[in-house]
Amino acid sequence: MAVINLNVNGKKHAVDVDPQTPVLWVLRDHLHLTGTKYGCGIAQCGACTILLNGTAIRSCQFPVSAAADKPITTIEGLSEKGDHPLQKAWLEHDVPQCGYCQAGQIMNAVALLKRNPHPTDEEIEASMNGNLCRCGTYLRIRDAIKTAAKQG
Amino acid sequence: MEKIKTNYSRRSFLKSTLLAGGGLMISFNLLSEFRLSGKTNDINLPDQWNELTGYVKITPDNVVKIICPNPEFGQNVMTSLPMIVAEELDVDWQKVVVEMGPFDNVKYGPQFVGGSNSTRMYWKPLREAGAAARNMLMQAAAQTWNVTVEEITTKGGMLYHQKTGKSAQYGDFASKAAGIPIPKGVKLKKVKDFDVVRHSQKNVEGLNIVTGKPLFGLDYTQNGMLIAMIQHPPAFGMKLKSYDAFQTLKMPGIKDVFSLTLYPEGFEQGGFDTRTFNEFVVVVGNSTWEVMNARKKLEVQWEPVTETKETLSFFGRKREVVIPAGLESSASQYAKMKERAKEPATLLRKDGDPETAFKNAAQIIERTYTAPFLAHNCMEPMNFFAHVTNEKALLVGPLQAPGWIAPTLSKILKMPVEKIEIQMTRMGGGFGLRAYGHYLTEAALISKKAKAPVKLIYTREDDMTYGIYRPTYTMTYRAALDANKNLTAFHVKGGGIPEHCVHENRFPAGAVDNYLAESWEILSNMTVGAFRAPGSNFNAAAEQSFMDELAEAMGKDPIDFRLELLKRAKENPVGKFHDYDADRYAGILKLVKEKSGWNDPVNKKYSRGVSAYFCHNSYVAHVVDMVKKNNQPHVEKVTSAVDCGIVVNPDAAVNMVQGAVVDGIGNAMYGELTVKDGVPEQNNFNRYRIIRLSEAPKKIDVHFVENDIDPTGLGEPPFAPVFGAVANALYKNTGKRFYDQPFAKQL
Repeated sequence: MAVINLNVNGKKHAVDVDPQTPVLWVLRDHLHLTGTKYGCGIAQCGACTILLNGTAIRSCQFPVSAAADKPITTIEGLSEKGDHPLQKAWLEHDVPQCGYCQAGQIMNAVALLKRNPHPTDEEIEASMNGNLCRCGTYLRIRDAIKTAAKQG
Repeated sequence: MEKIKTNYSRRSFLKSTLLAGGGLMISFNLLSEFRLSGKTNDINLPDQWNELTGYVKITPDNVVKIICPNPEFGQNVMTSLPMIVAEELDVDWQKVVVEMGPFDNVKYGPQFVGGSNSTRMYWKPLREAGAAARNMLMQAAAQTWNVTVEEITTKGGMLYHQKTGKSAQYGDFASKAAGIPIPKGVKLKKVKDFDVVRHSQKNVEGLNIVTGKPLFGLDYTQNGMLIAMIQHPPAFGMKLKSYDAFQTLKMPGIKDVFSLTLYPEGFEQGGFDTRTFNEFVVVVGNSTWEVMNARKKLEVQWEPVTETKETLSFFGRKREVVIPAGLESSASQYAKMKERAKEPATLLRKDGDPETAFKNAAQIIERTYTAPFLAHNCMEPMNFFAHVTNEKALLVGPLQAPGWIAPTLSKILKMPVEKIEIQMTRMGGGFGLRAYGHYLTEAALISKKAKAPVKLIYTREDDMTYGIYRPTYTMTYRAALDANKNLTAFHVKGGGIPEHCVHENRFPAGAVDNYLAESWEILSNMTVGAFRAPGSNFNAAAEQSFMDELAEAMGKDPIDFRLELLKRAKENPVGKFHDYDADRYAGILKLVKEKSGWNDPVNKKYSRGVSAYFCHNSYVAHVVDMVKKNNQPHVEKVTSAVDCGIVVNPDAAVNMVQGAVVDGIGNAMYGELTVKDGVPEQNNFNRYRIIRLSEAPKKIDVHFVENDIDPTGLGEPPFAPVFGAVANALYKNTGKRFYDQPFAKQL
């Protein structure tokens, strides 16, 4: 166990955990930020995607010790009122079905648009291909990213 | 207008109960067998809520809350079902607040998600609930204003009396209305006057989803809650022998390790009590990561099972099932099915004289199709919260059918059903798997033993290797053609491990003079369960692929060929019964033909495959347009035609169909769960291939047949016909017929 200082959504937290604990479980079990989802535990589905220093990472495979003091953004911290352009586009296209993977999809798309504000279809595919959706909402995910890109 | 046929006997009535608080509720008891005894207690709502029916609550300051009775797993019932109430209540939908109801079969009816039934079974009762509540508000206004109720009109949550110019909000009369007896037989709106239903409304949980609010079972927490995981046997056909928890108990945060037995010996299992492993080791601790790590330190000895017999009781029908011993492998399972298919089978249906027709045939076409086990792979793995004390039990989590699990829980916990409270969270997918509540019963037993509130979590690996898969199937079709290439006989013989999926009264039964349907099954210790469009998903795949090949052999257009058969079934049906409506079936084929530009030369650039199917009370046809992308076959576009009667929430319905198409393409191309010596060879998404964004079509155009028939479901009907359309398009794209799923493996 070790005390690790975290900076999550602009708030500072000190957590006393095994330094190897993946960020995902610290967020969910210790900070009660459950918007970030567990899907596979091996960085193969994207449900746990968050931003670390503005870059998308799979939090299920990322030890908390490596995230110490660095800015972390989760879905809860993306905007105050759910009005980030991607969240608005997600609502406009009514993307979700079950909704479980969508926080990870949105966070991954945030990182994409940061790097590349106007991605082509192929660039969207390349960036979003690691985020699985069992309900098959991919068409609307693609459309929502394009809508948000237009506004950005 | 044509009336929809109901396939099950439905008893629907209104029941009013005076509540202790003075409010009133209307309960619906749709299916008497799902009723639990004596549970009429109301959910606890703030005092200011005036309950007008079990589904409608209005505050004095005019907030209207509508309760959704059925669990939500992505089919969007939390929006579409309250929309039906709102329509008849005549309120402004934008001001309605929606809440998921708790488990209460007396108050809320069957409350099960399955068989694409949610909208179909709640359509009439929810309209009646809304209309009754509106009428009670009108009566309250009429009494106060001293006018007749017939003179009261409503609009958007307002009450009006035109002659006197009086008006009021629903909230003004909610309290008074709650004391008025619930009227029966209130006239319902005309379909043409609908202004909520048939108009696209956004998902009521959309904002909660995109902002990451705790909605799912895995998100649920309580003070003092512990985390539990179970270690189940590593292979089908194995069971627990012994374990050593010494190292595990030394790990940080670990509270307890014990073994548990789920069902006592001789336990009579209901149809949805399926469980794969009856005895397992449980690790309980403070946090998920600690329990995950500590579980790895368990030293467990497993041993092979011996053959057992289990008693299943499916809604009163009892049967004994033999569960064989042995460690099975996929290769030997396919070989066994191939051998078994040659032997005599059980007769399901026979019309005319198929034997003679085949003897006299000028040409016989015979093709065999296979499909593997499939894992549901809900994005949210199985989990459930339980807090069981000597007095009561609270269970919270993702579950499709609480009413089927509650009696089981009652027997296992030896606790009356009235003391068991089940709350349904939003589900991160279900696809049929969450109709089997073994994980809920496990959680309850763990909480009881640990004497603490506990959340049981399956890891992805636990979830994928647990069983309750879609069965593995094979189907052999034979068709007899005469010298003029007319179809004279049709034969389907299907089997599976451990279930077959022949639907003997489905198309083309009723359309062919000489028809034979047979089935067989092979026992297994691998468990199976409902998987999106159970049975239909493979039946449609094989049948609709064969139809395509048959049309080609006969020199006919595949759509025209199907339409000819449907014309025959309509005008001069063969046999006593077939379970589809030939007109509606033909309707979707004609619509998809038109909307896909089937004969338009501009579409020659595509490899096109068509398929149409009827299941779960709705009709769906797809045209799949394939191209080569990076030198591989790729579905670029799909055109879908759907007849599900009235479309309650059009854009959400389009979303559902699009999702089903993507899911269908994914499972047809990639879906497969194989076993070797009883061990699943896929245990996570690195080995189990799920369709990805780049593999989904660019465009899926969805067209609905417009009619005023009472609505039927949409979760399953668009899924089943995808497989055949993909197979038929693959043939055009590669020149090769695809008989064995997953197709990507055969490329």
